[in-house]
Amino acid sequence: MSVVLSIQGLTKAYKPGVPVLKGIDLDFDERGLTAIIGSSGTGKSTLVRIINRLVDPGDGTIVFKGEELSHLHGRKLRELRRRIGMVFQEYNLVERLSVMENLLTGRLGYLSPLKAWLRRFPQDDIEHAYQLLDVIGLAKFANQRADSLSGGQRQRVGIARALMQRPELLLADEPTSSLDPKTSVEIMELLKSQGEDHKIPVLVNMHDVELAKRFADRIVGMTGGRVVFDGLPSRLTDDHLKLIYGGEGWLQ
Amino acid sequence: MSAASIPAARPFQSSLGAKLLALFVVAYACYALGQLDFSWPRFVKGIDNGARFLDRMFPPSFKNWDQLLTGFIESMQIAVLATFFGVLISLPIAILGARNLMPPWATWPARLIVTLCRAFNPVIVAIIFIKAVGFGALAGVLALVMGSIGFVGKLFMEAIEEISMKQIEAIRATGAPFASVVAFGVLPQVMGRLVGFCTYQLDANLRNSTMVGIVGAGGIGGTLFAAFQRFEYDFVLAILITIIAVVLLGELLANYVKRIFNVQS
Repeated sequence: MSVVLSIQGLTKAYKPGVPVLKGIDLDFDERGLTAIIGSSGTGKSTLVRIINRLVDPGDGTIVFKGEELSHLHGRKLRELRRRIGMVFQEYNLVERLSVMENLLTGRLGYLSPLKAWLRRFPQDDIEHAYQLLDVIGLAKFANQRADSLSGGQRQRVGIARALMQRPELLLADEPTSSLDPKTSVEIMELLKSQGEDHKIPVLVNMHDVELAKRFADRIVGMTGGRVVFDGLPSRLTDDHLKLIYGGEGWLQ
Repeated sequence: MSAASIPAARPFQSSLGAKLLALFVVAYACYALGQLDFSWPRFVKGIDNGARFLDRMFPPSFKNWDQLLTGFIESMQIAVLATFFGVLISLPIAILGARNLMPPWATWPARLIVTLCRAFNPVIVAIIFIKAVGFGALAGVLALVMGSIGFVGKLFMEAIEEISMKQIEAIRATGAPFASVVAFGVLPQVMGRLVGFCTYQLDANLRNSTMVGIVGAGGIGGTLFAAFQRFEYDFVLAILITIIAVVLLGELLANYVKRIFNVQS
């Protein structure tokens, strides 16, 4: 399979002298769900956010489908972002807009600002949005305000918004960390099945190891800004987990 | 903790500085009173004058009702136009001035404009515009537009700075251009408060529009001033009563508008 996203020698420091990422080398194929695991503060979130440039990278190269993206800005950056869907830990829906409007915001990268102000979305997009609402099981909620939904429902809307972009890559930044265990499983199932249905790679950054093992095709373990494990979930041993999270008392 | 470290008995003791300041304020008030020639006989004479003035006001006379009506219609038009254009201009200025959306090179000029608009009372601005564009309602509208930019612009700017950036981040991540981020990320979060500011500003402009007329910028203020000049105190009272009634009506209207838009924060 061909490589969709290639990260080489990536570093990042928010404050000079305090690096968060210390040279990351990762390649991602055109299929499959990759779980990035690691304890809080190891730079998982930073890594995911650098890919769609919500955070600016330090040194290194990031090549997405043949295009070097670490120095894009303006229109080029927006054109990159609309090809990459993103799901957030706290859903980040526009609370006062309806579920349908939230879904349609996924198309804003393709709509002129004038049409956006006039709410003139193509019929095609509206039909696509209704289809996705069916997929996530929230068809009845189209006209409800986003802040009236439960956490699990909101995250489904968040995923649908990302899918509205018809993305070539789906990023998820701790999508299950604010949810209960049962809902977390449902959300992971949705991410996995949508990735397979649309034939796009999914990068999920999470700290629940069991959930990662259950759903991921590949696990990347990070600690201290470096990748210390990269392979199949079945190859992830307790020794690896000790290396990733430190200590061992929690494994018993 | 040892007993010695607790300061003795008087917890509310004021500092020497506060005492000196209080003494200075009282002394200055006495001095100013002397300077401005306020004396008891003058005050008594004043009360006497006031009583005669009040006496001549009653009963209020509505016989010049056509003048009254023309003045009020003009005042109302000044208030509505000033609010409309004031809010329209405030919106882009507030977005430019919001420090969470814009870099410093944009926020500084926008904030300077708002501060300048707030610097002077509408009456002073009205006098300046009368010199510029001549007597009449246009000067009044321009003066109140400036006042509205100063007020709505500042409040709206602050409302934008308090929005949730997570929602903005999500819209940005879809590749949306900035104007679309404003339409779908910023405005939905501040719309309710904007409606509140607008109705409040309409209310304020209704009151201010009666005032700018006094210096010749159109509206009922001019009629009021003329009535004073002609010693028609009964007509003055009629105008004052109508102003009170209109301001009250304006407040009712504002509440009604808020209910239509279902304002909640």
